[in-house]
Amino acid sequence: MKRRGLLISAGLLAGAGLLVGVGLRAPDPRSRVGAPRRQGLALNAWVTIDPQGQVTVAVPRAEMGQGIHTALAQLVAEELDADWNQLRVQNAPLEALYANTALVLNVLPLQPDDDGLIARLARGGGQRASLALGLQLTGGSSSVRDAWEPLRLAGAAARHLLLQAAAARWGVGLEQLRTAQGFVIHGAQQLAYGELSAAAVAFSPPTALPLKARADWKLIGHSPPRLDLPAKVTGQARYGIDVRLPGLRHAALRQAPSFGGTVVGFDIEAIRQRRGVFDAFVLDPGTAVVVADNWWRAEAALKAHPPRFHAGPRGSRHTAEMRATLARALDQHDGTGFRDDGDAPDVLARAERVIRAEYELPFLAHAALEPLNCTAQVSQGQVKIWCPTQVASLARWQAARVAGVAQDAVSVETTYLGGGFGRRLETDVVEQAVAIALRCDGAPVRLLWSREEDFTHDVYRPMAMARFEAALDGQGRPLAWLNRVAGPAVGAEFVQRQLPAPLKGWMPDLPDKAQIEGAYELPYAIPNLRVRQLRIPLGVPVGNWRSVGHSVNAFFTECFLDELALAAGQDPLHYREALLQARPRHLAVLRLAAHQAGWGQALPPGRARGVALHESFGSICAQVAEVAIGQGRPRVLRIVCALDAGTLVHPDSVRAQMEGSILFGLTAALQGEITIEQGAVQQRNFPQQPLLTLAETPQIDVHLIESDAPPGGVGEPGTPPTAPAVANALSTLIGRRIRRLPIRLD
Amino acid sequence: MHAVYACRLPNHRFPMSALHKIDLQLNGHAQALELEPEMPLLWALRDELGLTATKYGCGVGACGACTVQLDGQAARSCQLPLGSLAGRTVTTLEGLAGDALMQRLQAAWLAEQVPQCGYCQVGLLMAAHALLRQQPRPSEAQAEAALGNLCRCGSYPRVRRALARLWA
Repeated sequence: MKRRGLLISAGLLAGAGLLVGVGLRAPDPRSRVGAPRRQGLALNAWVTIDPQGQVTVAVPRAEMGQGIHTALAQLVAEELDADWNQLRVQNAPLEALYANTALVLNVLPLQPDDDGLIARLARGGGQRASLALGLQLTGGSSSVRDAWEPLRLAGAAARHLLLQAAAARWGVGLEQLRTAQGFVIHGAQQLAYGELSAAAVAFSPPTALPLKARADWKLIGHSPPRLDLPAKVTGQARYGIDVRLPGLRHAALRQAPSFGGTVVGFDIEAIRQRRGVFDAFVLDPGTAVVVADNWWRAEAALKAHPPRFHAGPRGSRHTAEMRATLARALDQHDGTGFRDDGDAPDVLARAERVIRAEYELPFLAHAALEPLNCTAQVSQGQVKIWCPTQVASLARWQAARVAGVAQDAVSVETTYLGGGFGRRLETDVVEQAVAIALRCDGAPVRLLWSREEDFTHDVYRPMAMARFEAALDGQGRPLAWLNRVAGPAVGAEFVQRQLPAPLKGWMPDLPDKAQIEGAYELPYAIPNLRVRQLRIPLGVPVGNWRSVGHSVNAFFTECFLDELALAAGQDPLHYREALLQARPRHLAVLRLAAHQAGWGQALPPGRARGVALHESFGSICAQVAEVAIGQGRPRVLRIVCALDAGTLVHPDSVRAQMEGSILFGLTAALQGEITIEQGAVQQRNFPQQPLLTLAETPQIDVHLIESDAPPGGVGEPGTPPTAPAVANALSTLIGRRIRRLPIRLD
Repeated sequence: MHAVYACRLPNHRFPMSALHKIDLQLNGHAQALELEPEMPLLWALRDELGLTATKYGCGVGACGACTVQLDGQAARSCQLPLGSLAGRTVTTLEGLAGDALMQRLQAAWLAEQVPQCGYCQVGLLMAAHALLRQQPRPSEAQAEAALGNLCRCGSYPRVRRALARLWA
């Protein structure tokens, strides 16, 4: 009997509160369009057109290289029939209407294809809660998924107002008009949008707004030049680190090397004598700060007079002990369930042969190229923040709390981000900057972390350890699959950091989808499938790292699946195909990658291919890696990638995201490892934790499936399959299974 | 065409030294500075002169985000103490706005839509420009040696394609 084990997180129900009662369907996208406003010639909350015809699209999401400023503008501009050359974007204000309703979908512990009543209620309720809370957040590969309907509606609504204005001016019916490239056209007459917008704001759009047919798209599905790139190639793009203000002060800091350590000595008086130094102080028990007129002078002061720290209660922690903790947990506890189809333990108990394996993964750092920074000014009861942040809403909330003001006394300006990858979902640097600004007599101050602080005080991709047991049927297919994964509850720890201090210890120990995602949603036809998690805190801050739990569980599951294929004496591609007969989309992606990679064709000696398939964030990705070994080290020659992400709004950006997320995953597979000794992270800068360079970049071929389905996520789904594809290939070459990363061949 | 690395700054001793007058050529004009001689050029550019195109990525000369040109060669400005720059010629991206080769590079970068977050790209463009000035058609090996800049977003495949456009 197949039974779907479904878990509703009690935390979701408790926290949202709005899930009880009526209205649990997804919010009507039309409710997110907004009304016209005379002020600023806003045709609705998303589109403004000035008299010169410049079209400004409000973007409530952070641009960190994933191209969503451009993609969101495309959605509006398509339905508006705007001239792309007239388009620009501007940060949206922090208002509930701009909330991200799709990001919450990532945290729901559901199967991706679950369309049952409870799943729909959970999704609808989560989306409504996100809107009500005004959560303006960028992450979870959700921006385009969230914007897909409301922004096209906004463009269509704005166009309709312009049509009404033109119809009134010409005294003709709407049906006699058409639009193109920023003009309303009536036969030989035309009026530019800029000439109409002032009149247009007096009208109201109809409730029924038909959207364009796919065949009529001129922007969506095409790749107009990204709006932010010209400034990025001239050096004019303004990142958080580039904010310049009159009287700007610069702050540098040192945080206790071991987590939970405290400052016990800091030569404040000596530092205050130094040129350019405004002040030096202990900001909180673990943090020493210098404020100066130039960041180098602040850093130099800290180098000349380094604070002395007491290691604190976690000051003896080390990696080996943490691995032992996870192993012991797996020895002693069964874990809590996330999926339980059939009766895997029973089948395994009766099986002639059980295949077992243990896998593990290290902590990983984000290492975005722009180190953490935030600029803050507190003056006359007003707080201003300039920050490369993925969470403008949370930044405002935390800033208000630290400064002791109401939220509407806080303004947040989101700059470009020099990379995010989930690190800038955290508000630690915002809270610190505001606390420092409170001590700067109303002057603005930019807090910039050094690269060393950024590496050693990250929120890391968690360490994890997994154990598998499987039994095969007479045809070699998996009959039973039991997977237990031990590691910190990354989702819960993220939420806990947002809570005010008195509530931090209150978080109940709840099932954590973020830790186990990728392990329990397997698309393969396995009749007895049990997945359980062990939530084990390790005393190291953990957070969302590009693709989150999928980065861990894709490696575990796709490598173990290859072991089963090997045990069955079957080709890993065909093995997967046989298990995906009920999953045509997965099968198509897998076959596309395999075909393009020439799977099955002979390779020169010393080379091997490996395959991996993984679904995450609403998209399905398969990769085939072709590898060799040179001078005892892995050489990745080529990665072929196939992606089904539904409708592709900007195909070229999708390709770029695949290339980038593959290199992100490849760096981790070959070189990524954060270790802890004496409670402190050992890797302080790039020489200790190198990134892949241009010289080490393999050939990457991306193949995109054309689809009519709504857009899936794009920023993260390319990362999970890379490490297992490479590991599977190398395992074939060296004749033993690679079960941990970074890959070591010795 | 290799990046020029000055001696590594000693991290453990930062006494407060006297200000020095340092005169150098910056972006085609004479620039007089009166600053600590051990202050890296990077921070003089960014915080003293407001030239923010040149970025801070690591402070140890490993990432290349701070790449400028020193006497025509690519150099990592976080490793260039001001005291070593008297009489030298420094060029930042701001100073190459009218440069024909840089404009061709930027056009190629846009044609291939190279940048993602873009933070590392100024350093990459400066290194690529210095390379191409010395070697208009570099080999793969020469390009790889000159372009050791780190990119976390993974723009490298497009960097290769953009460079290839320049001699197509």
